[in-house]
Amino acid sequence: MKFTSLLASAAMVLGLATGAVAQDKTKVGFVYVGPVGDGGWTYEHDKGRLAVEKEFGDKVETVFVESVPEGPDAERVMTQMALEGADLIFTTSFGYMDPTINVAKKFPNVKFEHATGYKTAPNVSVYSARFYEGRAVQGHIAGKMTESNIIGYIGSYPIPEVIRGINSAYIHAKKVNPDVEFKIIWAYTWFDPAKEADAATVLIEQGADVILQHTDSTAPQAAAQEAGNVITFGQASDMSEYAPKPRVSSIIDNWAPYYIARTQAVMDGSWETVNTWDGIKEGMVEIGEISDAVPADIKEEALAMKAAMAAGEYHPFTGPIKKQDGSDWLAEGETADDGTLAGMNFYVKGLEGEIPQ
Amino acid sequence: MDLGEINPVLLVASLMVAATPLLLAAIGELVVEKAGVLNLGVEGMMIVGAISGFAISVETGSPWLGFIAAAIGGAVLSLLFVLLTQFALANQVASGLALTLFGLGFSALMGQSYVGVKPPSMGDIHIPLLSDIPVIGPILFQHDPILYLGIALVAAVWATLKYTRVGLILRAVGENHDAAHALGYKVIKIRILAILFGGACAGLGGAYISLIRVPQWTEGMTAGVGWIALALVVFASWKPWRALLGAYLFGGITVLQLNLQAAGVAIPVEYLAMSPYIITILVLVILSADKSSAPASLGRTFHASH
Amino acid sequence: MIVLEKRPQPSKAWSYATPLVAVLATMVFGGILFAILGKNPIQAIGTIFWEPLFGEFAFYYRPQLLVKGAPLVLIAIGLSLGFRAGIWNIGAEGQYIMGAIFGAGAGLAFYPLDAFYVFPIMVIAGAFGGWLWAAIPAFLKVRFGTNEILVSLMLVYVAEQMLASVSLGLLKNPEGFGFPGSRNLQSYESAHNAELIAGSGMHWGVVTALIAVIFAYVLLNRHMLGFHIRLTGEAPRAAKFAGVNPARLILFCLGMSGALAGLAGMFEVAGPSGQVSIDFNVGYGFTAIIVAFLGRLHPVGILLAGGLMALTYIGGEIAQSQLGLPAAAIQVFQGMLLFFLLAFDLLTNYRIRAARNEVA
Repeated sequence: MKFTSLLASAAMVLGLATGAVAQDKTKVGFVYVGPVGDGGWTYEHDKGRLAVEKEFGDKVETVFVESVPEGPDAERVMTQMALEGADLIFTTSFGYMDPTINVAKKFPNVKFEHATGYKTAPNVSVYSARFYEGRAVQGHIAGKMTESNIIGYIGSYPIPEVIRGINSAYIHAKKVNPDVEFKIIWAYTWFDPAKEADAATVLIEQGADVILQHTDSTAPQAAAQEAGNVITFGQASDMSEYAPKPRVSSIIDNWAPYYIARTQAVMDGSWETVNTWDGIKEGMVEIGEISDAVPADIKEEALAMKAAMAAGEYHPFTGPIKKQDGSDWLAEGETADDGTLAGMNFYVKGLEGEIPQ
Repeated sequence: MDLGEINPVLLVASLMVAATPLLLAAIGELVVEKAGVLNLGVEGMMIVGAISGFAISVETGSPWLGFIAAAIGGAVLSLLFVLLTQFALANQVASGLALTLFGLGFSALMGQSYVGVKPPSMGDIHIPLLSDIPVIGPILFQHDPILYLGIALVAAVWATLKYTRVGLILRAVGENHDAAHALGYKVIKIRILAILFGGACAGLGGAYISLIRVPQWTEGMTAGVGWIALALVVFASWKPWRALLGAYLFGGITVLQLNLQAAGVAIPVEYLAMSPYIITILVLVILSADKSSAPASLGRTFHASH
Repeated sequence: MIVLEKRPQPSKAWSYATPLVAVLATMVFGGILFAILGKNPIQAIGTIFWEPLFGEFAFYYRPQLLVKGAPLVLIAIGLSLGFRAGIWNIGAEGQYIMGAIFGAGAGLAFYPLDAFYVFPIMVIAGAFGGWLWAAIPAFLKVRFGTNEILVSLMLVYVAEQMLASVSLGLLKNPEGFGFPGSRNLQSYESAHNAELIAGSGMHWGVVTALIAVIFAYVLLNRHMLGFHIRLTGEAPRAAKFAGVNPARLILFCLGMSGALAGLAGMFEVAGPSGQVSIDFNVGYGFTAIIVAFLGRLHPVGILLAGGLMALTYIGGEIAQSQLGLPAAAIQVFQGMLLFFLLAFDLLTNYRIRAARNEVA
């Protein structure tokens, strides 16, 4: 007997066995890349898990394993969850992509949901959020509010998601403030509070009075507070403990509606493979409350932009937009297609410096 | 690219802040190693200090009490190392690594309810008149008190090792524990005190990160500073002032590479990110000409056999 | 007053008994910890130690023990040679990364060529990558007397930056839509370090780890070089008189441990992991140092210690998902286990005796 079929049959036997005991309980597994206490990425996914528990009460059982390294360890944890009878497994980091596909092959009856990836299968869906919509709002506020016309941006790694955010913020800052300049620091880490604090301090010392971050800790917020007249935006989580200033708004990842919907779909038997890329409209991306540190007129414009995106009337990447090298990207009125956005690896015109390769 | 945007005064001032956790941990470990003990658990003691200090200062509202708690927390954890290496005579390298593993887990358990909490601020000391001097003022006279404590500790350790009887005994124990024992010194007792001192300093260093430099609590937030501190002791050839120099050099390169990035210097980012480590190696090679070597009994287990 | 009396010879009986005593003590104290956290201690301990070996799904977990333990053992064997001679390579993590980069790089350079020699070339490249990274501290130590602890540690951080750099650039999957990470070697047959028997967990890395154990055992017990290594560690002056060439010894020990760590990285990237990515390394190089000491730097001991560490990792994950224990509690539990193993080792070499009332 081949190993894969052995696993599958074992899973089926177990499925029958546990099915007899607790027929109604849907078991949902979550694999986290960081600790639940990271206050950012994993923290928000866990909030989604808790929302699922709250929504379905006794009808659902959730399990999770935190700080699972990407690679073979992730594959083992997923297999373990599937063996133990999980019906639906959310794998919440890009690096879990190939492991998810591997495990999904062995357990055709278990549904998998992989965050931020692009490989699907009959029992694997992918989902991600259009964070760049939130970046557009941030860029607008930043461009309006900066007095030094220097905006600091702390990037994690030069990957499409981060580059998309930089471009989106830049386009909208530039639109309202032609003199604006972006200073970008690549931290080469998702999470290192000390390094993030240093990066923020350096940006502030070089004249930035707005800090945007694509790393997960609140260290840049604290550095901005220390410096005084600097504004920041919460990332992944609301970071409202730094409101009303320096944190004037935030992008919040709200996974709860999606997790509840997908769990419901498994319960109903209506689950099928989807490729979800939701934004403000669907509520997967939320704009944290814009604090009073932002003048009322700017706040109103920002909210109007948010409303336009929510209504589907406005796309943050609407032409005319040129690439950094001056070549045309989007013609007047044209909007970017999802394929280009998903793999974005170029700056738009006006941004300085090169993307590290 | 515009190098003019880098303000050297602010650069120096911020490198001092970046270097302080390193310095505190390193000066403690230096004393431990001078006594002939190699404690690789610095990272674990730092992170326990970070959460102890954070929790106490949040609960009491006093950063000072927080720092005291951090020193105690680090020292208590080092007590485990004492039990293992001084009483159970276990291998020091393995014990230190186990200490780090334990400390990382333990701190995460302790800190579960402190995620997302903001600690009370300590504030900087602005020494009147002196802090207003251009250039020198911001560099030397506008920092938080713990930064000055770090420098004072370096001076104190240096003076103690060099001029006092305690320092002499400590060094004797580290150089040749059998001879020190034969002379009637209490080798174990001296080593225990040194290890506790090291733990307390590492705890302070950790709390500096969680209370001043960042300030917040998150799991694993020391992110390897403890390891760099260990390396720094070797780098400094067990000399306190050189540890200060090393810490500033390392902190300086770290801050400088971020400055260069922000100023848009066209050096590939990954090479900039590597630079602190590579430059440390280069400096180390140059310093290798200095033949002052490690304490002779470093890492060896002592047991009075009669 | 209790005193310790050094045994004339390490006690055989205790050297076998102490690990068991230590595991029992860990169960007791770990149980207390789990009880404090509000979990059933017996269930938690049972899950960690029993489930992976004899539980319902042991058919899956047992092979996984090999997958998880093999890199630890392979790296630890290499490190133990140096540690015995007093040469401190603590940068195995970096050598592991470089082995993976070189190994995967060599394989990807041939893509999509289908040939039997691709995999052997990757093995050589992986070993070379690790060796090269360890040769830097070795060379600096021999030539300039630079401390190898610091250089090898610093090179870990350099290797991590290199890993990020190649994941985003040189080795990035051209069909990956701009996402970081290389092609998956699992789907490139000539380069795939597949299981030798499906479902057994046995891949070439496991085989190599076992060979390394035997090789190290023979080297240390039957070979002149092994004798020199032990002599240098135990009595450096005597070693000098015995004509040991310290430079050669340093180059051998560091080079060997680097090559083995590189091999571990290469087998991992070509097999269980499949791709070079930013977070490819998960700390095997540092954990292996603990494994080396837990195994008392003895090849067979390392084999057992590697298995024990792998067991606590896998059992810990099961306990997390089944019982909702936080990952941090598992870490504390592992720390305890190490403490007790180290502490009870005392009984092997010393006798505890109530002393007469005299000055010791």
